[in-house]
Amino acid sequence: MRPPGAVSGAPVLCRSCRAPAPEASAFCGACGAVQPPGAADHFARLGLARGFAIDRAELDRRYFALQRALHPDRFAGRPETERALSMQQSTALNEAYGVLGDPLRRAEYLLSLHGVTVNAETGNRPTAPEVLAEAMADREAAMEAEDAAAVDRLAAAACARRAVCESEIAERFAAGDADAAARIATRMKYLAALAGELRARRRLVAAAEA
Amino acid sequence: MLLDIHEPGQAPAPRPRETAIGIDLGTTNSVVAIARDGAPQVLRDGRGRALVPSTVAYGEGAPVVGDAALARLDAGAADVVSSVKRLMGRGAEDVAALAGTLPWRLAPGAGGMARVEAAGRMLTPVEISADILRALRRLAETALDRAVEKAVVTVPAYFDDAARAATRDAARLAGLDVLRLVSEPTAAALAYGLDKAAEGLYAVFDLGGGTFDISILRLEKGVFQVLATGGDAALGGDDFDRAIAAHLLETHGVGDGALEPAEARAVLLSARRAKEALGARDRASVALPGGAEAGIDRATFERLVRPLVDRATGICAETLDDAGLAREALEGVVLVGGATRVPLVAARVEALFGRPPLADIDPDEVVACGAALQAEALTAGGDTLLLDVTPLSLGVETMGGLFEKIVYRNTPIPAAVAKEFTTYQDGQTGMAIHVLQGEREMAAQNRSLARFELAGIPPMTAGAARIRVAFTVDADGLLTVGARERTTGVESAVEVKPSYGLGEGEIERMLHESMARGREDAALRLLAEARVAAERMILATRAALRADAALLEAGEGARIEAAIARLERAAGGEDREEIDALVSALDAAARAFAQRRMDRSIGAALKGRAVAAVDAELGA
Repeated sequence: MRPPGAVSGAPVLCRSCRAPAPEASAFCGACGAVQPPGAADHFARLGLARGFAIDRAELDRRYFALQRALHPDRFAGRPETERALSMQQSTALNEAYGVLGDPLRRAEYLLSLHGVTVNAETGNRPTAPEVLAEAMADREAAMEAEDAAAVDRLAAAACARRAVCESEIAERFAAGDADAAARIATRMKYLAALAGELRARRRLVAAAEA
Repeated sequence: MLLDIHEPGQAPAPRPRETAIGIDLGTTNSVVAIARDGAPQVLRDGRGRALVPSTVAYGEGAPVVGDAALARLDAGAADVVSSVKRLMGRGAEDVAALAGTLPWRLAPGAGGMARVEAAGRMLTPVEISADILRALRRLAETALDRAVEKAVVTVPAYFDDAARAATRDAARLAGLDVLRLVSEPTAAALAYGLDKAAEGLYAVFDLGGGTFDISILRLEKGVFQVLATGGDAALGGDDFDRAIAAHLLETHGVGDGALEPAEARAVLLSARRAKEALGARDRASVALPGGAEAGIDRATFERLVRPLVDRATGICAETLDDAGLAREALEGVVLVGGATRVPLVAARVEALFGRPPLADIDPDEVVACGAALQAEALTAGGDTLLLDVTPLSLGVETMGGLFEKIVYRNTPIPAAVAKEFTTYQDGQTGMAIHVLQGEREMAAQNRSLARFELAGIPPMTAGAARIRVAFTVDADGLLTVGARERTTGVESAVEVKPSYGLGEGEIERMLHESMARGREDAALRLLAEARVAAERMILATRAALRADAALLEAGEGARIEAAIARLERAAGGEDREEIDALVSALDAAARAFAQRRMDRSIGAALKGRAVAAVDAELGA
């Protein structure tokens, strides 16, 4: 099996045998030597189609298979240059996996590929008009939640809203509507921050109950 | 090269078989093991003992390690050192705080590494650990009847970079080539998972002699993926012993400070034996200095150690929360480390996770077995894969003593992240880079790893220089940091270990993506700054009210107090804008009062002085 991680662009030569690699991959097709990670985007690196909707199990499967082949532990006792390349490959895989595995980071990354930056405002003080009213209502509700069960209900509701955002943003990305996707991403960012605050609030009320 | 060909996507051909051992270098006991064809086996000395006490006796001749050193301790010898793992990677200042709790003499350090005084020598923890590792290596060579040069050595998951590097150095001193440092809970999971064919999410609760780790792992078809880890590098069974000893000494009217170090060690050793005995019995006794015996029952013992056990279970709850997991999602909880034999520990773990913990494999031996399996995988080849994470965030100190995280905890390793900084003064030609590890907001609250200076930046206006700081963490969890001014290419680096260097494009891309996360930090910081400003304002206004209540007009004091109360409430919350707005509101409410105070003090200062002199002073 040829591992994914293909990059398009100028022809690249194998570091080890100098054979041209028409589409660079993690290993040279001619001599099998490990190659530098190159500039592949995260989707290509993990062999997934570019898009918001990904199969989480498939992502894990591919990540594990690639790490099995590229992790530095597979190169213990190999020459220093190969070990260095394996370390770079493994690092790039971890980065790609981290971004694609998290819906918000995946959305932001996709938008950056479209040249769009998500609204920088974060935390519970968003200034983006699309989340302002929502944030004010959430803040009030959080302050009024006096026991762990009440905070848990809010967290579950926030989680459900995140799930809705994720299916909506998948549709927007599929339709090629980056602007609409960016608006939803702003809201996802807010909801991620809200989840963190609700966790802190839960710790607080749980400590008060104990 | 023909023989070296392998299919793309497959692991490179393994090297010829070498003898590589797994070592669990523990606080209290160490164990060495070897694996053959996926079957680990602990190695024993001539008398069948696998546990080697991590105790070294110094004196004339070669150091004595293990049971023989403990025997000398029992005989009252002075120069016996144990629990040295607690000092690994610590500076002399760090351990000053531990001085009272360690049963041997710390050399007065003037900065640098902590040192222990034994037999007239000043020994570093690295040297003492190397003596233990040498003894383990000899044990393995005798048991296997051949030379051993390679090893996988385990470290607590919660060990910081300095402690990991110190462990690696100790192994090197002992003539061992370290194939890999593996986290103890990960090693335990490896031994456990392969033995029991376990799949799914598992928690590993590892309470050793001096360290506590909790790791949440996902086990799947030979992959051991750490999802989150937490712990306390200074919490273990040693603390239980100390609690027993301190309690009995106190109830028998012996002050802690009155003991010689050798006496203190003997009491601690006796307390440890009592703790072990209380696992099976309801009463045990401890030998006190001067030949007295003191009894302790299990209920008293449990009352003494309960706060320590609660600390560990509290960290477990936080780690689960961090990983975004409910306890129901776990397939099981594995107990590792000698201190988990204490029945109260197992009971509390069961209560927390809602299921009986698993301890099928000897908790003292499971870590060494996992290390041996990994050693075999790294030399003979194997199908297992360990994917570990950074236990603690890594970053640098920024303006105002704040800590800016660059690599967040629980990031899978190897990892590389870069962040850009700039100069804050016109003409600034150097930048001091202070590398830290920890989770706290302020730099001083975190562990300092290294300092270096990027010098030779050409003078530019403030904010024009673009200094990129790149952090690289390898699979052992060891860090390398480099800094580079991007417009001129001036470069500097701390090589905590050999650098593997990432391609220019990789760093660029990672830098770009890290910007987004940097902004979240910025928001938190703004909030912190707003709170400080609010506090300062409240303090100053209250002081003014106390000093000059006479200058208040009717109702004005109440209005100012109300504004203070509103601001105080807001400062306790998370809303920066609200805080800022109420700071302005308080300022407005108190303005007339402040003006009157100012007028009066200027009046007092000017009294009797010539107008011309005042004008000159004001530059009029």
